[in-house]
Parts: sequence; C-alpha cells; structure tokens
Amino acid sequence: MYQYNETDQTLIDERVAQFKHQTERFLNGEIAEDHYRSLRLMNGIYIQTHAPMLRVAGPYGLLSSKQLRKLAHIARTYDKGYCHFTTRQNIQFNWPELAKTPDILAELATVQMHAIQTSGNCLRNTSSDPLAGVCVDEIADPRPYCEIIRQWTSFHPEFAYLPRKFKIAVNGATQDRAATQFHDIGLHLVKNSTGEIGFKVFVGGGLGRTPVIGQVIRPFLEQKHLLSYLEAILRIYNLFGRRDNKYKARIKILVREEGLEKFTQLVEAEWAVIKDDLELSQERIQTMQAHFTPPPYDTTAANDLSYNEHLRNNAAFAKWVNHNTAEHRVPGYRAAYVSLKAPDVPPGDMTDSQLDAVADLADLYSFGQIRSTHRQNLILADIKIADLFTLWQKLDALHLATPNIGTATDIICCPGLDFCSLANAGSIGITKEINAALDDMDYLHDLGDIKINFSGCMNGCAHQSVGNIGILGVDKKGVEWYQITLGGSSENDAAIGLRLGPAVAKHEITAAIVTILNVYSKQRLSVEEHFLATVKRIGITPFVEQVYATH
Amino acid sequence: MQLIKDQKIIDDQQQFIADDQPLPSQGDITVSVARWKKDREQLLKMPGKLGVRLSPTDAPEDITHDLNVLALIEVDFPLYTDGRGFSHARRLRGYHHYQGEIRAVGNFMPDQVFYLSRVGVNAFQLPDVQQLPTALSTLNDFSRSYQ
Repeated sequence: MYQYNETDQTLIDERVAQFKHQTERFLNGEIAEDHYRSLRLMNGIYIQTHAPMLRVAGPYGLLSSKQLRKLAHIARTYDKGYCHFTTRQNIQFNWPELAKTPDILAELATVQMHAIQTSGNCLRNTSSDPLAGVCVDEIADPRPYCEIIRQWTSFHPEFAYLPRKFKIAVNGATQDRAATQFHDIGLHLVKNSTGEIGFKVFVGGGLGRTPVIGQVIRPFLEQKHLLSYLEAILRIYNLFGRRDNKYKARIKILVREEGLEKFTQLVEAEWAVIKDDLELSQERIQTMQAHFTPPPYDTTAANDLSYNEHLRNNAAFAKWVNHNTAEHRVPGYRAAYVSLKAPDVPPGDMTDSQLDAVADLADLYSFGQIRSTHRQNLILADIKIADLFTLWQKLDALHLATPNIGTATDIICCPGLDFCSLANAGSIGITKEINAALDDMDYLHDLGDIKINFSGCMNGCAHQSVGNIGILGVDKKGVEWYQITLGGSSENDAAIGLRLGPAVAKHEITAAIVTILNVYSKQRLSVEEHFLATVKRIGITPFVEQVYATH
Repeated sequence: MQLIKDQKIIDDQQQFIADDQPLPSQGDITVSVARWKKDREQLLKMPGKLGVRLSPTDAPEDITHDLNVLALIEVDFPLYTDGRGFSHARRLRGYHHYQGEIRAVGNFMPDQVFYLSRVGVNAFQLPDVQQLPTALSTLNDFSRSYQ
C-alpha cells in the first residue's frame, strides 16, 4: 500500500499545526463561529446531536494494521470505545471533545492518516473497489490512480470553496463495486480497441434528495490526461454550479440544467486549454503502481487439503465461507469479509478491542492490510484457504462472523436520529428490529442477495434510493414515518428505486419489510432469480398490494 | 488603507468607484467590468493606476484584451464561501499570463489567504485591517504542495 514520503508527511503535519492554531483562535474568540465552521468541516469535524463528530479519511478504503490500532486507541482515549465505518469507506467518531480534536488529528498523522476534506463543500475522499488488486474480474488496479487523485484533491487551492461537496470514485473491475455511477465523477478503468487502458468518465451522478445516475462525458480518456480532465470538470463546476440553493448546488443539477451536450462542450473547451500543462507522466504512474505490487503470495497455497475437509465437516464454516468470502485471483487464496452487521450491533460499528483484534488477524493472515467496504464491512483480502478455518473461529469469537454479507441483514444504515442532527427518524433501532424478525438464517440465506439501505433522512447518507429495498425516515408532525422504495441498484445495472406508496408508521415498518421479502420468496421463478430480477419482472404492484393490505 | 501585497503590509491608495459615482479626475482607480467597458476611453487617459474589479459572475475573458493596460485586477468575494474568485485568479495567471497585481477584496477570511496566494493572488485587502498580521502569518502555513 502507499507509504507517505517526506512531502506527504510534512503536509499533514503542517495541516495539524494549522488547525490547532485555528481552533485555539476560535476558542479565544478570534474567529467567528461561521468562519470556524467552514474550517473545521474541512478537517472532518461536524457538530452533532450530542457532541462533535470526527470523520477520518479512509483513502479508497485501504488501511494498515498499524492504522487500525491507532483507530482503536483513539476510540478508547478520546471516544466511548468504538467507531463507525461509513459508506464512503471513512471512519467516524461520535463523541470527541472539540478542544481535543487537534490532538486526535496529530495522533492520526503519526500513522499517515488525516481527516482532511472529509466534509465541507470541497473535494472529498476518493472511494474505490474494496476488492481492488485481488478480484478476478479486474481490468486494472484502481488504487494507484486513487492515490494520484487523493494527492491532487488534497489541499487543492482552487477547489476548496465549491458550490457543494464533490465525490470521486474509481472502479477497475467489470463489476462496479464502488457505486461509481452515483458519484459526482465516476471513473471506470477500461480497455480500448487497441488494448490501451484508460478511463471511461461518468459525470453528474449523485444520491441525496435528488438521486441521479451519472452520464458518460468521455468514453475513453487517456491516462496521461486524468488530472487535466478532472481539473476541467471541477473548474466548470466551480464557476457555473448553482450557489443560490444548497439543494440544487451539486454538479448533477448543473449537468441536468445545462444538458450533457452543453456541459461537455464547456468542459472540453476548458480542457483543450490546460491539458498539455497538466500531463501525468508514465513514470509517475509506474512509480505509483510500484506502491501496490502484489504481496509475496505463497505459491503452494492451493495445495492445502484441510480447507475442503473443514468445508465438508463443518456446516457453519461452510455457510460462512459461502457468504462471507470472495474469490481471489491467486489460487489457494480467498478474500474474507469481517461482518460489521451482527444482529445486535449498529451497522458499521466496531469496538476498540475488535479493531485491535482485527489488526492482529491482518498481521497474522493478510499481510497487515484491511479494507473497508462501501456496504460498511471490512475485508481481509489475502487469506490462504488453509487459514480460513482458524480465521473464521477467531472472527466468530469476536462477534464478527455473522454469515450475512450481501443478505437482507447486511443493511447499510446511517446513524439516524440517535446521533445525527439532520435525521428525521431513527434507523439503528429499526435495523435491530429487522434483524430480530429475520433471525432464521436458513430463510435469510434462501432469500439470497438483497441489499437493504436505510437512511434516517432525505440527505440519504445510507443510499436508500439505490437499495434493492430502500427505507427513508421522514418526519410527519414530529412522528417518525418510513418511506419504502423497491428496485434500486448502485452496481452496473444502476437504478433508482420506485416508491412503494405512502410512508409506513414506525410500528409497522419491520412487518412491511418482512412482507416484501415474503412476496419475493413466493413470486420468484426459482431460487436463481435475484430479488431485483423479480421486481423487474412483476413490477411493484404485488408488493404494494400485500404491504398495504396487511398494514 | 492598509493591505498585504507581496508578503508585506503596505499603505495603498487604490479607490473603487461605484458605477453610480462620477469618475474623479485623478488618483488610483478601480471600476467594475461594466464601467470599464462603458468608460474605457476616458479611463485610459487617466494618470493613476487603473484596476478592474471582477465579481463572481464576471469572466476574466471580459477584460483579457486589456490586461496590458491594467495595473491591477481585483477579485471580489461577496461571500467567503463563494469560490469562483479562485478560478478567476487561476485563469488570469495560468493561461492569460497576467503579470500585474491580483488583489482579493471583499468578504474573505484570513484563513483563505494561503490558498488564494496559490492560485495567483498577490494582494489581500481584508475587511478588517486588524486581521492583516494573522493573514500574513498564514502564508507560511504549508511548505509543500501537491498541485
């Protein structure tokens, strides 16, 4: 993984010093509240319901065991002993003290981490495929490009005061595991007809109040033009994006209002002027790629016989392997998910002792690296099949082996009303209820892959509009209600869910979800027919009839 | 009026003449883009330092053919959150190769001065002169850069 050089380290150290000084000036009354607000946001600090919330960047989801231990230390020392992994592969602390936040940032800087630009109207953390480098369907490893983008976006002087936040995602495989079509800019590594690898560039995707699927602005961009093209898009957005209404300020609205054709013309005209001055050299790309060379895999890993024996003899292990591990491009290896979706735990949360323990497991079995996923789980990406059984036992003991990855209880969920000052409704409590209602693992596994996304308000942090089943908390005269959508997807078949009907009351939402799953179970042509395929085939009416008939 | 220019606090006599004010007969004068277009000939005959003020909605391209006669271009920030001025400055320096003074004016924060300097602004007229020493010190916040 990428290791900081002297420039990277100096920059984040200087940033810590800068923010410490700004916070001191604020606490002394020398900086106005609203001015300080914009400065703290660009250092990842929100003021939430109970306390400030600190969002730490997880660059394209890649973490080292050392970094995980530092997160554990911060959770223990400055917070209430846990942290939360987000849909953009970042890490949140819910209870730090404002005056201590510069100290936390200083601690992070010692392990090459920061919270720079994790909030505010600026360029945010670049996200990517959590299986990058190990998946079987990869065209090119996206991580070197992610790191190049991370550096380019960090402290970019021109784009720190954009109309609104701006998110970039890069995917390097045929399957989109980074929700790229719902980002301000989505980049797909693709091969053109001559075999050259470049980028297919999507623009104007987004979630939130107005979900929009990104459109292709350039089918093939040469690698050397990556940064100049990003700069051209950003400059056009900075100059022409709406600033009169915060809900219409994202680039998706600019693209929609101008039309893709006109927007593309503006970008291409800008790009024509700057592209020769901002070329990415082949040498720079190769130097970056050298940071992501494969670890020293054991070439005899596939010879192991114990793995198949354990699979035959232990049904629980086999179930876990089936649901919580993924194919690896190297024979004898698999990628193992660490499920942060145990039924009785808020989705995406991890305690300090779990963080420490997973760091140890990463050191023992997975070259000391951990990835965080868009669906709020972790991955140990390089596990020898001979080690899977022991790993499973250890994860199980840590309460991190619930075999539910990709199932209806692998719910993406925002912190909701319990923590967030924006939320209209609770989400964590309902998620627990849904888990309790779906406690029959066999039924859950029989239902197969179903993605439920649950946001406590229409800002849509949990991407409910692209959930196969989406749940959105709404407030009606001080009472919590829940809007259901069906048929959304953030993968290659990107789609925005259709609204089922009127919002459902809090005491009825869990039953409504159970009903939807039952309708699917009865209506599907075979167990091979995925939930989304059934919804596409029969439409939402059969679901509407059942949900509103019984509730 | 005190401001920061080329990393020093200096006294400066530049005066912005609003569109509805008559042009004075002398002095260092800045006008809006609209006024520049309207009174260009008269302004060019004046002896002092001439400047044009760009608002966020103006485009540097409106004045690029006059860059050689403008001693300064003011980039106005009606709100500190409006970052269009950063792109204006970048365009003026980057591909219009403007060599004169680019001055940030209006409602910006001392804590924005470093990034402004990185996009080519070299003079800073802050809303509160007491903030000048702080702003000056922030110019040394970072010793490296990625871009």
